[in-house]
Amino acid sequence: MVRKLGIIVVALATLIISCSNKPAARAKKDKHTITIAGSTSVMPFTEKLAEHFMIDHRKFVIDVQGGGSTAGIQACLNNTVDIGMSSRELKEGEKMLNTITICYDGIAIVVHPKNPLKALTMQQVSRIFNGEIKNWDELGWIKRKIDAVTREEGSGTRSSFEELVMKGRGIDDGIMVQDSNGSVKEVVATDPYAIGYISLGLVDERVKAMTIDGVIPSIRSIKTGKYKIVRPFLYVTNGELDEDGKQFVKFVLSKDGQGILKKEGLVGFYD
Amino acid sequence: MIKNPVKKEQLVKWVLVTFALSSLLFLFLIFIFILFEGLPLFHKIGLKNIILGFKWAPTKGSFGIFPMIVSSFLVTFGALIIGAPMGLSCAIYLAEYSGKRLKMFLKPALELLAGIPSVVYGFLGVVYIVPIIRDYIGGSGFSLLATSIILGIMILPTVISISFDALMSVPKTYREGSFAMGATKWQTIHKVVIPAAKSGILASFILGMGRAIGETMAVIMIAGNALRIPSSILDPLRTLTGNIALELAYATGDHRLGLFSTGIVLLVIIMILNYIANFGIKRKM
Repeated sequence: MVRKLGIIVVALATLIISCSNKPAARAKKDKHTITIAGSTSVMPFTEKLAEHFMIDHRKFVIDVQGGGSTAGIQACLNNTVDIGMSSRELKEGEKMLNTITICYDGIAIVVHPKNPLKALTMQQVSRIFNGEIKNWDELGWIKRKIDAVTREEGSGTRSSFEELVMKGRGIDDGIMVQDSNGSVKEVVATDPYAIGYISLGLVDERVKAMTIDGVIPSIRSIKTGKYKIVRPFLYVTNGELDEDGKQFVKFVLSKDGQGILKKEGLVGFYD
Repeated sequence: MIKNPVKKEQLVKWVLVTFALSSLLFLFLIFIFILFEGLPLFHKIGLKNIILGFKWAPTKGSFGIFPMIVSSFLVTFGALIIGAPMGLSCAIYLAEYSGKRLKMFLKPALELLAGIPSVVYGFLGVVYIVPIIRDYIGGSGFSLLATSIILGIMILPTVISISFDALMSVPKTYREGSFAMGATKWQTIHKVVIPAAKSGILASFILGMGRAIGETMAVIMIAGNALRIPSSILDPLRTLTGNIALELAYATGDHRLGLFSTGIVLLVIIMILNYIANFGIKRKM
């Protein structure tokens, strides 16, 4: 019994020691490590870019983590990551960081495909989310309560929406809250009376993107500057990037990198 | 190796004591950690402004969680209204009526019900209950009603197994005495057995409440998470647990502390419920 316990203790100790040794062993001197963290909206695209980049640059290890725009910016300020990702513009107190815009993303106002309405004005959208317009008949459809869906406090998409559409008005407390682009889309796709906002890249035939102020959201209307609900996807750095980081950013801004982003429905710098 | 058998016994005992106390240590550490993270905000914003505040906008400096406390209790009572009669009926049937063979089938089935992960309940809620409520009753479907139904089902195993034990612990002589007086089976059950098992049955309801108030995943999927106190059973609402789970991913600074404060309030509520349940059981059993 005692001997067995002893063996277990030794085994556990070895396990713990071997675990704590691992990262050190991995970060060999000839490896180039870049750590990136931040917005969960930007993260999937950064992961894609990192995958492609590492195929050609075998000595690079790129570590991509989520956490949200604010957390990414904070981590960058604290120098715990090389690059922070943000899906919103920097606020006061964060402006000392360098920003690199990697692409643009539209936010589409989406409804159920069965909804006969095709267009709204920016003013109407903000009044829906402000709680002033509560019923679809006020917008010329049937007499039925509007099931509006917003994102949770702290989300980059929400903060861009508040800034670009709400313009200082608060989002009403009675409005439903979902915690990701995916679940907002799910609610809108299943509820004929719902309205929500999601990243344009995620719009498909299950939801209908509204024309806003007469402009249909699309890559073209974003590029020409006609569609106004657009936010940048940013990489932020604290001071100059090191050589490794510079190489990755150069790849992201290159034709190859931008091509990858374009395929994902984002608006880059090349056609 | 230790030769002396008495010493060996002692050693084993102490090793076991250490491991046994470590579970207590974890509880203690969790408690300390949550208090340590959450209390500074109570100090900064004020207990009253947090617990009785109506506005939750943590990135703009408002940390009121009163609507969530109310909502948490609303879904819990809703769950009890649905789960308690069903659970108690099931426990009475199992304890008093069912034959051995059926019992052998029903008991493991109930344990299986308890083992289903909550995300599965949430998924079923989103796919079936929410659309049914939206199409036949009204509202968006993400509502107090949907959440109560799902939580009512989720607390069934707790309610059934504890009230079943309470009913079984009523001595056989009580029943025999009642039958000897000429009472029918149902008269015996509701006049003799249930009153005798009352405290255990109440404890099962309170532990069921504890389960419902602490449930998170299923709730954020179907409650709609709006920040207002619902004015009808078809309105969406946000619970304390839902608030933490929804916003933790993005929270920094005071926002994060606000979520820990929510955790403290939740912890206190659950501690009170557990205390009442244990107190209720001990007094009579």
